[in-house]
Amino acid sequence: MSAVLEVTDIKKSFGGIHAVNGVSFDVREGEILGLIGPNGCGKSTLFNCILGQLTPTGGEVKLDGQVVTGLRPSELNKLGVSRTFQLLQVFPKLSVRENLILAGQEHQGNMASRLVGRSDAGLTEAANQMIGFFKLDHLADEPAGGLSYGQQKLLDAAMAFMGGSRLVLLDEPAGGVNPSMLADLKERLVAINREKNATFVVIEHNMEFVMSLCSRVMVMAEGKVLAMGRPGEVRKNPAVIEAYLGH
Amino acid sequence: MSDFAKPLKIALGLAIVAALIVVPMNFNRYGLFILSQWAVMSIAAMGLNLTLGYAGQVSLAQGAFVGIGAYAAAIMTTHGWPLPAAILVAIVLSFAIGWVLGYPALRVQHHYLAFVTLAFSTLAFLVFRNESWLTGGIYGISNIPRPHIFGIATNKPLPFYYVCLGSLAIVSLAVWWLIRSPWGRAFMALRENPLRAQSLGVDTRRYTLMAFAIGSGLGGVAGALYAPLTQYIDPVPFNLSLSLDLLLMVIVGGAGFYFGPFLGAMIAVLLPEWLRFTEGYYLMLYAIAVMLLLIWSPTGILGILDRYLAERRTKAASALRAVAKSRLETVQ
Repeated sequence: MSAVLEVTDIKKSFGGIHAVNGVSFDVREGEILGLIGPNGCGKSTLFNCILGQLTPTGGEVKLDGQVVTGLRPSELNKLGVSRTFQLLQVFPKLSVRENLILAGQEHQGNMASRLVGRSDAGLTEAANQMIGFFKLDHLADEPAGGLSYGQQKLLDAAMAFMGGSRLVLLDEPAGGVNPSMLADLKERLVAINREKNATFVVIEHNMEFVMSLCSRVMVMAEGKVLAMGRPGEVRKNPAVIEAYLGH
Repeated sequence: MSDFAKPLKIALGLAIVAALIVVPMNFNRYGLFILSQWAVMSIAAMGLNLTLGYAGQVSLAQGAFVGIGAYAAAIMTTHGWPLPAAILVAIVLSFAIGWVLGYPALRVQHHYLAFVTLAFSTLAFLVFRNESWLTGGIYGISNIPRPHIFGIATNKPLPFYYVCLGSLAIVSLAVWWLIRSPWGRAFMALRENPLRAQSLGVDTRRYTLMAFAIGSGLGGVAGALYAPLTQYIDPVPFNLSLSLDLLLMVIVGGAGFYFGPFLGAMIAVLLPEWLRFTEGYYLMLYAIAVMLLLIWSPTGILGILDRYLAERRTKAASALRAVAKSRLETVQ
């Protein structure tokens, strides 16, 4: 398996604080990599550096062997990388279907064709499929702001897949989602992973969710990589227990 | 209910358009002037609604773009150019300047952006007033001709009203198309959550600049019609107060609602006329009415309608759920 994402010695400082302090890892095609660590250890900052929301102070990010450090988020998205955010980010006034069309439209045609072409950019069918896949059928025409928190989380995740992304970085997808909906979400993620060979990196605090979903887990502490390995190995690692999992 | 809603809306729309064509035939010169002014201000407010209401970029410079369009039209038509050519130049000029004015919006937002655009508004006013070789300075430009459209002279108030109304119709259709297109969706995404929009591939830089450029371009169109409407322009009507008036039209009508600018412009242009009988008190009454409205509904007049419709939808949906639930219980 080749590496989709290679991250080399990424650093990010805010004033005197080294939020991310030399992190290197790679993500293989088709895998689900978990990213765990105590609050403030630099997980989200690392995501923001990889995805162009922040410019790293040092280091390099490669996508399929190409250096993509410093590209804007919209440019990275066009290359097949998408994400969800820690805090819920859907467009509350748009309907569920419109949210999904928006999430895919910039991948269709160019600026000119999006102006003169069809209002739905030819995506209604694809959006309906995604709605069916995430079991949101009965809510398709509701404004997203009217959905329950868990439903919005599902929509949030669904939006990340609309552009046909191959690599999706999910920042706490399970946060605040009730157990039955969480099982749904996990099942959907596994299905997309298998069917579309999509690669995931998942930040999550819910250990059960991470350990059962991910093939490898990376543990961060104080801006550095503390451990990396299969869920079982990581769970037993004394340094990890000390820093994060507790005694 | 929803089966009837669409034909009903179309019928209502056609009735309003027919009324706008037929009823003014009996109006006097002054009534036609006011109605033409409404059409022109609606175009300018629609432009600002695009920039501010849909794309969420504050601008206090829309009045300056109306001025740029008006001067472009006045200078060209008094030198023998036809009005359509002048409108085209007004669009290109204000689109280009609007594009450049969009750059600060890539760095600053909200009231900081308001100050940047306010400074631009002042700058434009100073150019209109001081560059007399081009603009005639404080003496302005007079004897601005009205055009011949398909060989028909529009010197009289009624034909020129139709020119304004026709332009409003064309602009309305274009804006309707734009906000229903993926661009409109991208503008709304820009307003509601630029960070998320970026991560979904929306090139927020380009759309921000476009929102400014197109909105300003429509300001230019309005200006290019304003000049032949009044047939005389000087710098005063295009000072900051016009930008504030246009902002008020958008906010009062309902920012981000398609019909907001039509309604806002109607109130701003017609209300002073209706309140004329109150003599000196009209501005006070107007101010109080605006304050009360915005306390009651910060999203403007159409916001009230929108809230009402949303409430009814929610009630209908929960009634449906209740029915479904009782059926489910019966089955069990």
